[in-house]
Amino acid sequence: MNNQRSFFFNVDWVTVFIYLALCTIGWFNIHSAVLDPKYHGILDFKTDYSKQFWYIIAALVVAIIVLLLESRFITALAPAFYGVSILLLMVVLVIGRNVGGNQAWLSLGGGVRLQPSEFAKFTTCLLLARYLSSVNVRVTELRSFSVALAIIGVPMVLILLQPDMGSTLVFYSFIFVLYREGLSPYFLVISALFITLFLTSILFSPLSVIAVISIVVLLIILLFRKNKKLVMTMLAGLAICIAFVFSVKFIYNHVLQPHQKVRIDIVLGIKNDPRGQGYNVNQSKIAIGSGKLWGKGYLHGTQTKYSFVPAQSTDFIFCTVGEEWGFAGSLAVLGLYTALILRLIFLAERQRSPFSRIYGYGAASIIFFHVMINIATTIGLAPVIGIPLPLISYGGSSLISFTLLIFVLVKLDSNRMGIV
Amino acid sequence: MNSFFERRYVISGIFLVIILILLSRLFYIQIIDPRYAIYANNNVRRPVIYNAARGPILDRTGKPLVQNVAFYDIMVTPKQVKPFDTAEFCKLLGIDRPTFDKQWTRAVKYSSYQPSIFEKQISATDYASIQERLSEFPGFTSTPRYLRTYPDSVGAQFLGYIGEVTDDKINHSHGYYHPGDLVGITGVEKSYEAVLRGQRGIENWMVDSRNKRKGKYANGMFDTAAVAGQRLTSSLDLDIQKLGEQLMHNKVGSIVAIEPSTGEILCYVSSPTYDPNLMVGRERGNNAEKLYENPYSPFFIRPIQAKYPPGSSFKPLSALIALQEGIITPSTSYYCPGYYIAGNRRFKCNNGEAHGEVDLSSAVAKSCNGYFMMVFQKIMDRYGARQTEQMFTQWRAQVNKFGLGTKLDLDMPGEARGNLPTPLHYDNIYKHGGWRSSTILSLAIGQGELLATPLQMANLECIIANHGYYYKPHLIKAIGAQNVIKKEYLERNYVGIDSTNFEPVINGMQEVVESGTAIRSKIPGIIMCGKTGTAQNSHGDPHSIFVAFAPRDHPKIAIAVVVENSGEGAHWAAPIASFIVEKYLKGSISPREEINPEYFMNANKLPDIPTYNIKTKPQAPANDTSKKQKKDSSDKAKGLKSAGNDDGKSLAGKRSTKKGKG
Repeated sequence: MNNQRSFFFNVDWVTVFIYLALCTIGWFNIHSAVLDPKYHGILDFKTDYSKQFWYIIAALVVAIIVLLLESRFITALAPAFYGVSILLLMVVLVIGRNVGGNQAWLSLGGGVRLQPSEFAKFTTCLLLARYLSSVNVRVTELRSFSVALAIIGVPMVLILLQPDMGSTLVFYSFIFVLYREGLSPYFLVISALFITLFLTSILFSPLSVIAVISIVVLLIILLFRKNKKLVMTMLAGLAICIAFVFSVKFIYNHVLQPHQKVRIDIVLGIKNDPRGQGYNVNQSKIAIGSGKLWGKGYLHGTQTKYSFVPAQSTDFIFCTVGEEWGFAGSLAVLGLYTALILRLIFLAERQRSPFSRIYGYGAASIIFFHVMINIATTIGLAPVIGIPLPLISYGGSSLISFTLLIFVLVKLDSNRMGIV
Repeated sequence: MNSFFERRYVISGIFLVIILILLSRLFYIQIIDPRYAIYANNNVRRPVIYNAARGPILDRTGKPLVQNVAFYDIMVTPKQVKPFDTAEFCKLLGIDRPTFDKQWTRAVKYSSYQPSIFEKQISATDYASIQERLSEFPGFTSTPRYLRTYPDSVGAQFLGYIGEVTDDKINHSHGYYHPGDLVGITGVEKSYEAVLRGQRGIENWMVDSRNKRKGKYANGMFDTAAVAGQRLTSSLDLDIQKLGEQLMHNKVGSIVAIEPSTGEILCYVSSPTYDPNLMVGRERGNNAEKLYENPYSPFFIRPIQAKYPPGSSFKPLSALIALQEGIITPSTSYYCPGYYIAGNRRFKCNNGEAHGEVDLSSAVAKSCNGYFMMVFQKIMDRYGARQTEQMFTQWRAQVNKFGLGTKLDLDMPGEARGNLPTPLHYDNIYKHGGWRSSTILSLAIGQGELLATPLQMANLECIIANHGYYYKPHLIKAIGAQNVIKKEYLERNYVGIDSTNFEPVINGMQEVVESGTAIRSKIPGIIMCGKTGTAQNSHGDPHSIFVAFAPRDHPKIAIAVVVENSGEGAHWAAPIASFIVEKYLKGSISPREEINPEYFMNANKLPDIPTYNIKTKPQAPANDTSKKQKKDSSDKAKGLKSAGNDDGKSLAGKRSTKKGKG
């Protein structure tokens, strides 16, 4: 009795409310994006919005099951979950269905497909939390750091083989988790530096990029020439940067696939191809931009309804939000995401157990990364890499894996006074 | 609890900064940048234009002169085209492979998703065989388009033709015309363009990314319905127009007939003419090319653009002015010895034939040059030789009132004003004060610098028929179903001659037909008053001219006929005029003893091409070697030459238009 009462009292209703709000917004936007006047049925499992309706029901069932589980069960089974998802990632490479160039789906029959990479994010998060919360593990120590990297790296490599660049990059969001747990801030700085270098060396000739960074480094060395250690570090850093700049050209020209190159070129403004490769982003920008302040109204978007925007119910669902609900709608949706992410961080920080805290940061980071890349893509700030908008994009795997991600934290939080 | 607690703020801070970046970008493209809303609009909005049917043109009795007939454009939507047998398709449309490739490239360049015209204006008969098989070629569709058709193939120069609008016109139309629109280029089609074209309708549709229609844009709020062009009732009489064109076959010249009581033009023949149907459809370009190459210039609108010396047909006017001025009375007589002496010069009268004692009426009837020269000199020298210029100015103003030397403001483009010399003109030649009545004496008999268009000559007859006034001649009698008549056509234009002065002149004109030069053209049972003219000109035989009106009481028709280079007025122009008048007044032509219409229809009086083509060989003056005559003829040649040049210019213009259409 007491246990039951505390269960309801301890569930974080703020998170649950935001979750439900986003799922509802998602369903209505999918409904608008793919509405076919000939099929009105919501329950017949024929249209995307009808399917999504059932996915939401399923996700709610999953959420309730998670809330009813014992917290210990979740931590204990983390390695098993991880193992299964790795296994599925391998299986999908062998017998998976190839959709849109990515071998990412396992057919479950009845038109339902499972995307193991979506679940891998959740299980990786679990196992990472489990490992980092173990006794005697410190991120600052090389051995622990390496193991953590391996936990993150294995699914990344497997997903990259599909090759799903977007989902692979999502795992990079764990850098925030590691940082929170003590990873040197330089990793963040260096990450930012490398991203900048990557982009500038595509935009400009490698020699000029190297010239600029060499001058900067030499200035720093001149200023702090008495600090031998710094000088050495700077010189080493310079060498790495130079090597990186040259490898960027190589990677860009030989490793990346042509369509990925073009997508990067379009974001950087090197190429302008509104009818070819840039079509998606151009139409997406038109959709969102034409929404103005209040939008065209529910079911009145022309860009999305008349299929100018491709993948309108999945990766480009934000176009419907922007077009039909305008800047007000965009602001509301981004506001809800911000509230969700900050709430998850808040929940993470109030945990007594390191496992829960680390897991909470993982969940927040993954959701943040998805939201950032997805919306940035639709407004032309990031290349098209194809990752869903959490809880809003159409797709059962994605919805259920985000549900798991969030509700496991809610469950852990409801139990935070207990011992995990 | 945890040494890195403060890092939550760093992480939250990074998240918030990035989200703020996204928000500001959203704010920029959604609120600040207005382009996206326009792009989205352009994406979905497809205006579909419905061309209004052009108004038909009827003759005065309601018979159609121009109608619309369906032709078919073959359209292509490149994205929907599936692989097909190109050779077979070319054969079906009757085009060759390079043409196909060219048109295909053009269509693809225009749009892959939107239909564009592949092959234009296929006639209904050709289309019948194409239609059956068109479904074998997905992506190709057909759309009807209404083109002009001319059931009786008459009145080409009157009706004019339509063609695709030029870029220049599109730019000046304030958005009314679009590329590919058809507009009137000449004739009534041009002058009544605004009435005939109607109002184009626009439907704004919303389309999806595959160009499939999804519904009306803004619920049809910006749609307009097409309004068909108004019909025009022309003043032409189809029967006499047809007869006129037959009579003028293989001759160069014109017929203009006007109803004196209204100013309505009944007959408007420009010869050689052409079948207006040639200027429609796919062969239009080739046909036009051939017509341009015709040395007799069928596109030259002779009734209003050709200028001739009116010759003796001018004499009644000379007489009227003298009567009005009180210089002569109807009984003023003159003895004609077969020549007229002015100063030290001697002018032959009608090949030296002596008329003897003539009064006004008989002078008109016998066309006595001497009498009218005498009258002219009397007018000019009324206040002495020093006042010649002033008197000439007065005389000129009076002639001008009759519509000579001025545009009659016909409702057709391209009207010429003819030529009525000014005192300044003579000052330039003979220096100021250096010319006398004798210098300009040939004006008295309609020669010299005087030039008039057939329309002006016919109008002159209306004035005589009406005893002193005319209505503006016009070709369109009424506009639209309500038969609106332009106000200006209901006003009388008085020429300043008392109506009593007309009788003696008309008596003389009646005599011309009853017993004078045009006796062969007398119409049984109808009193026609006329005047023959034989206009000397610098290239070949004189032009045969006849002007007339009939019947004498309550005249119903005034007519001017010019047959170029065919000889005397009595021989060609007068009989032709008489057939027209008879047909109009009686509905049929009664058999006559001496002449029959068939003879005139079959006669070929086309001038030799080398002499006709005055552009290459300006002829030297013929018989008279006097200074004045020389001046006159070279001037005349100049006038004609410039007419020729104008023609050439308009040809060049038309050619380029045609080229533009490809």
